[in-house]
Amino acid sequence: MACSELAWTSDQPDNVASLMTQILLPDGQSLASYAETESLLIAVNQQMVDGDTALNPGDEVAFFPPVTGG
Amino acid sequence: MFRQVDIQFEDFAIDEALGTLKANTSAAGGFCFFAGVVRDMNDDEEIKSLYLEHYPEMTEKQLHRILDQAEARFGLLGAIVIHRIGSLAARDNIVLVAVAAAHRGEAFSACEMIMDYLKTQATFWKKEVTPEGDRWVAARGSDLSKEAAWGDSSA
Repeated sequence: MACSELAWTSDQPDNVASLMTQILLPDGQSLASYAETESLLIAVNQQMVDGDTALNPGDEVAFFPPVTGG
Repeated sequence: MFRQVDIQFEDFAIDEALGTLKANTSAAGGFCFFAGVVRDMNDDEEIKSLYLEHYPEMTEKQLHRILDQAEARFGLLGAIVIHRIGSLAARDNIVLVAVAAAHRGEAFSACEMIMDYLKTQATFWKKEVTPEGDRWVAARGSDLSKEAAWGDSSA
């Protein structure tokens, strides 16, 4: 995604998919649109989840590319 | 089950892992080890070094979830996972998976399953330093197939 940090304000999103439509990348496309063509993993509170996972205030949400350890 | 999970900059020694497992699993008769090492070539390019990054709050939890599954499935008696982070040179050690079971069958299978899950579920990322510049390593589709071959694997 070629960026390490983004700042934005939003209303409390209902779920991960809704949050992804609100996050805009430096090139202007939303994270939701980015994820249509690129592999993206999602974790909420350090647990892998999918897009329809509900969000609550204070949750830690992470988006990252497929892992390559080992 | 005896467990040790370490994410560290320092190197590791396989004989130490064997000693630790033997000391903590008196009923184990089969031990299996996998070591992953930095290659000096990838996609026909020379690898000078590798940089390993991870998601500190999550990685250790994921490794424990993987060990939970290996324990439940194979009745493991002990497991050690050590994964290095930071800058590594070609031929340096990256990862060690060491397991102890009553007999060899469970040990071989559990060691392989833990590595297959680690490749797709543990939150590490590799960046290669080559003469042409740095590049993040792309995930391999074959790793997902190996994970899927074990059946349900939601960590």
